Amino acid sequence: MTAIGQLLHGLLPGQPDWLVVALAGLIPAVLLVTFMALGPLLYVYAETKIAGFMQDRIGPKRVGPHGLLQTLADAVKLLFKEAIFPKSADKLLFVFAPCLVVLGAFLSFVVIPFGSRAQTADLNVGVFYVVAVSSLSTVGLIMAGWASNNKYALFGAMRSAAQIVSYEIPAVMSLLAVVTIVGSLSLQDIVAFQKGGLPHWLLFRYFPLNVIGFLVFFTASLAECNRAPFDIPEAESELVAGFHTEYSGFFFAMFFMAEYTEMIVVSAVASVLFLGGWLAPLPALQQLGPIGLGPVWLLAKAWFLVFVQMWLRWTLPRLRVDQLMHVAWKVLLPIAMTLAVVIGGLVLWLPHGFGLWDRIWGWPLTLGIFAYLAYGIVRAVQWSRHRIQELAA
Amino acid sequence: MSSSHAGPAPEAPKGPVSNYNVPGLRSEEAPGWRADQIDVDEMILNMGPQHPSTQGVLRIELRTDGEVVRAARPHIGYLHRCFEKHSENVDYPGVVPYTDRMDYVASMGNSLGYALAVEKLMGIEVSPYVQAIRVVMAELQRIASHTIAVGTYGMDIGAFTPFLHLLRDREKILDLFEWTCGARLLYNYNWVGGVSHDLPEGFIRAARQFLREFEAITHPELMDLLIGNKIFIKRTAEVGIVAPELGIAYDLTGPNLRGSGLTFDLRKDEPYCGYQNYDFKVCVGEGQFGPLGSCFDRNWARALEMAESARIVSQALDALEKMERADVHEKVPKRVKPSKGEVYFRSEAPRGQLGYYIVADGTGVNPYRVKVKSPCFTAMSIFHVLARGLYIADIIALIGSLDVVLGEIDR
Repeated sequence: MTAIGQLLHGLLPGQPDWLVVALAGLIPAVLLVTFMALGPLLYVYAETKIAGFMQDRIGPKRVGPHGLLQTLADAVKLLFKEAIFPKSADKLLFVFAPCLVVLGAFLSFVVIPFGSRAQTADLNVGVFYVVAVSSLSTVGLIMAGWASNNKYALFGAMRSAAQIVSYEIPAVMSLLAVVTIVGSLSLQDIVAFQKGGLPHWLLFRYFPLNVIGFLVFFTASLAECNRAPFDIPEAESELVAGFHTEYSGFFFAMFFMAEYTEMIVVSAVASVLFLGGWLAPLPALQQLGPIGLGPVWLLAKAWFLVFVQMWLRWTLPRLRVDQLMHVAWKVLLPIAMTLAVVIGGLVLWLPHGFGLWDRIWGWPLTLGIFAYLAYGIVRAVQWSRHRIQELAA
Repeated sequence: MSSSHAGPAPEAPKGPVSNYNVPGLRSEEAPGWRADQIDVDEMILNMGPQHPSTQGVLRIELRTDGEVVRAARPHIGYLHRCFEKHSENVDYPGVVPYTDRMDYVASMGNSLGYALAVEKLMGIEVSPYVQAIRVVMAELQRIASHTIAVGTYGMDIGAFTPFLHLLRDREKILDLFEWTCGARLLYNYNWVGGVSHDLPEGFIRAARQFLREFEAITHPELMDLLIGNKIFIKRTAEVGIVAPELGIAYDLTGPNLRGSGLTFDLRKDEPYCGYQNYDFKVCVGEGQFGPLGSCFDRNWARALEMAESARIVSQALDALEKMERADVHEKVPKRVKPSKGEVYFRSEAPRGQLGYYIVADGTGVNPYRVKVKSPCFTAMSIFHVLARGLYIADIIALIGSLDVVLGEIDR
């Protein structure tokens, strides 16, 4: 039973067990769905601001302080907008498709651990469950493309099917390496395995093999959530809007929500598998008095990866279909398979990693990356200040 | 004057042919496009006229087999505004605003060509001061036009950020234009016998400031961020290859032809407006990453041309600084009335060779006939040849690299 269940037992003495179990399931579910449904508001705002920063413009500014309410206004607009059904569309599938896409994105959250006990369900097949559930949205995308009865939508759907089928293989292969090291599919076990601070994270184990695995997984998961440079299913310059060409109003908002939710899901999964999940980089930072900081650390890591996804989106052009397949089958897959085999062998031979060699790389590498990022941001801010002065002169 | 056409001659049509009954004109008559002539695997995809990246209102019919395009047919004419007929009903200066509306991304170049053509017809030579102003404006317009071309090309490929960086600099050029003549898009600036307004006080300093920023920041950033990007190169370097012979055969001009490695530039070959006095080099495609004449090379030629144009502007500003201010538009009478005759004049507009053929009947104040040889129209004619066998995504890359403006194709 989860922490919430035990808490409820204390709060509601004498109530029947089924009520406590039902409440214990309902409360986290409501919390999670609220978090996930409102999350995209934040991510869309972040995306517009980050895009603005990169493109030398301001971004949303008018609605609310610093434009904070802009995405809320957009969401309200989408809610009240008329949903148009094409005359020749298959209405049932047309409505069902966005629901399925959102479902696929939301279900993965069930197994994401936010703390040692803050987890909706600690499935013993957690990794497998995440992989299985996240491909559910592909069915929704194909359904949307087919039900719209639009050639562009169909192209988008076929592209997304081809893309997700291809990219799931390298993603799963790189997960396989992690699972072999830990010896468990449960996400909670995988986090527990990485206890002891940043040098113990799986990213640095068998250095640098798992770093490569992480990059493979991250690239493949970018493709799985249809983000640039792999956004060919909805490539707006080619396919107008791809699979959601015919969608408007709330149904379009659902696709939008699913896309942003999937971004945070893959980032959270990547943080759990490689970056220590809810563990702090220094064990001392894990607790603030009686309050566990697990969710904070997980969200910090996941949001950083979301930031990287946005950064890539506003920097890189889009790949072509055949190049996309080339990257999946001829680049990522051989790397991921080799890694799986090599790490599998190393686990037998050196079950505790490379020992000290792994430990010394964690901190310098992490600090180096962050120092480089900070340097870049400082330079960019300096440059923009300099330009403002120049223009004022 | 007329360009030579190589390649096989078109087959002579069989049976009576009228303007409205040309074989192959209507889609149901064209070979391979009727419903019973299309394979079961193939699908007709109608791209445009409302499509995000067909550069306006171009409509393309694609016969696709999965992602591969078997054949493509562009349909033009959605933006036809009877420019040539309108011109016969207004007087000579009155045509200038209409020329602005042809290639609305590069209006200065259009009106410059027209003004020079009428001046040639009337035998007017404008002062060096006006010539220098015209060069400054034409080259700033070329930079502005190429920022749109290169920026939207990046956007077609999927890179959004360079587009906004370039538009930021285009805004500064438009500010300069607005300052000079009050308009930001359609200027009505190059008049017959001069320009509409003299440069305002302080223009030269502001233009130099812009050039400094453009040459020091935007252009190197563009080359790093977009042109040198590996995905961008992979997407464009082996697509839409125009061999030099093919380019000449289809009468490509401007950066499209220079992308194939040919150094044909009217500013060098038939200098007008005193272009012979400026030191600049003709930028050509180099084929660094694939066959010569690819989409990448056409775009490369444009990207380099921006820097060269900046150099020309800088030299023209130097020249202007040394000159006395002169009257800019009192050369011709209010009623422009050339004597009977005809003239053809071509100039290097940002999109290529823009030719005006003007016939004056010597009686009225209106031109008897104005015919425009548009660079985008001829660029569009090569499209169906290059489009065969490409991917759908490449079609977008191809249209963008030809840099057509539908306003000029349809006129």
